[in-house]
Amino acid sequence: MEEIINSRVQDIEVQDYHINIGPQHPSTHGVLRLVVSLKGEIVENLQPHCGYIHRGIEKMCEKDTYPQIIHLTDRMDYLSAHMNNHAVCLLVENALEVEVPERVKYIRTIMDELNRIASHQLFFGTFANDLGATTCYMYGFRDREKVLDIFEQSTGGRMLQSYYTPGGLMRDIHPEFQKNTKAFIKYFRKKIKEYDRILTGNVIFQQRTKNVGILTKEDAIDWGVTGPTARASGLSCDVRKHHPYSAYDKVTFNEVLIPEGDTFARYMVRMHEMRESMNIIEQLIDNIPAGDYSAKMKPIIKLPAGEYFERVETARGVLGVYVISDGNKNPYRMKFRSPGFCNLGVLNKITSGFKIADLIAIFGSLDLVIPDIDR
Amino acid sequence: MSDCFFLFRPESKYYKMDREKLKEKVLGLVPGLQSEETRDFTAVTVAADNLHALALQLKNDPDLLFDSLLCLSGVDWGKELGVVYLFESTKQKHMLEVKVKTTDREKPCFDTLSDIWSGAILHEMEVFDLFGIFFKGHPDMRRIFLAEDWVGYPLRKDYVDEVNIVEL
Repeated sequence: MEEIINSRVQDIEVQDYHINIGPQHPSTHGVLRLVVSLKGEIVENLQPHCGYIHRGIEKMCEKDTYPQIIHLTDRMDYLSAHMNNHAVCLLVENALEVEVPERVKYIRTIMDELNRIASHQLFFGTFANDLGATTCYMYGFRDREKVLDIFEQSTGGRMLQSYYTPGGLMRDIHPEFQKNTKAFIKYFRKKIKEYDRILTGNVIFQQRTKNVGILTKEDAIDWGVTGPTARASGLSCDVRKHHPYSAYDKVTFNEVLIPEGDTFARYMVRMHEMRESMNIIEQLIDNIPAGDYSAKMKPIIKLPAGEYFERVETARGVLGVYVISDGNKNPYRMKFRSPGFCNLGVLNKITSGFKIADLIAIFGSLDLVIPDIDR
Repeated sequence: MSDCFFLFRPESKYYKMDREKLKEKVLGLVPGLQSEETRDFTAVTVAADNLHALALQLKNDPDLLFDSLLCLSGVDWGKELGVVYLFESTKQKHMLEVKVKTTDREKPCFDTLSDIWSGAILHEMEVFDLFGIFFKGHPDMRRIFLAEDWVGYPLRKDYVDEVNIVEL
């Protein structure tokens, strides 16, 4: 009898559970399925299954002209729409060697940083919500709405602006853009202290995030991790510093690096980055030069035959655009190296050995956007 | 809070090779390399048999140290199918493009690089899914985006789908 009981106990102990998290799960913030192998409640292996929102953007690009492609890039990482537009615009401008007016460079930089703030605000809300702190969700969305109002006033769109065009901008900024942006910065400098008060110092939050899901610097390089996730492991990879574009060489700001590499560090990097973004905006907002809001471009844009690669720093990491052109008005091959797709790869590595409840915290701290992964 | 916060400092002990020296160095690594220049980087084309050996040396050579796989993209050149790798060194900041091509459109196959750069795992799955290029030695070669029973490889130039692709 005892033998039977013992063997049953052993059976239970060695049994692995395979659990599907997603595709419709609140913590994946989109349609992503994670097949998780569990031993008890310890995660042993994790395989992502993507493609639930795969739209074939790269295939569509092969049939579209470059100004049309910009509208598709909005739909990849819809929380960094401005930065995605920026990547394609930079590629076209640098390939054609177009000199963009200074005014455009300043406005683009300000818009990028506002977009980064909005994205990190949403991260703050959703990440805290995943961990059970519902109030933070309201805080994040309340303040993000102010940024979206500024976008809407100048660009006409709240989230998918398609504001940048090759050579410049779709239209000039609204006359009250500078006033409203300065008012927002003043407002948000007060509110970000609230963020720290309600969440950063919270003991439960710290216990759930500190020493959880540690990503080493070596692993970050090996897996091609970029953005705030990599900077939380002490890897200096900010494109704004290493390959400055637009007006980033005219401003002084810190690249936020934290060596710990745990979930809490990834959260703190984004909190600091919001402050750095506000510093950047403050340096530029009063000095926007007068001039045209767009360079003169030919009505049909054709890139010279060849290969091009351009990258920008989005709110999630390096967005690279690789184009093979055969001299036509549409690219022969267009590849988006999206930050979400590369960062997703490391999830298996950093979750194994942690509990399934920690998986939600770790996954939230990577700040993945599913349309960015699937494209 | 401020103690975890430090400034951007370029690592000065490493130096960035200029493109001529880099090209010379890389061309000496394995036989049969062809090089071409693009605006942003030097590109070399390697035979499929030498790909893995070249990749190992690119990563481990103390002058090169290409430790980061920046971009991995499948390309259909018409007659040839192939993969384009973009490498970058996080220490020395230089970039290199490596191309590998095959004329076999039925069963194209290359060595996996996922044992050298782990980041290649997901990228190679994507290329397998959309171009039908198989990577020998890959730990998990499955369709990552499309359904398991999907017929054809959509990013190939000869792919036909009268239902889902609308020609304007």
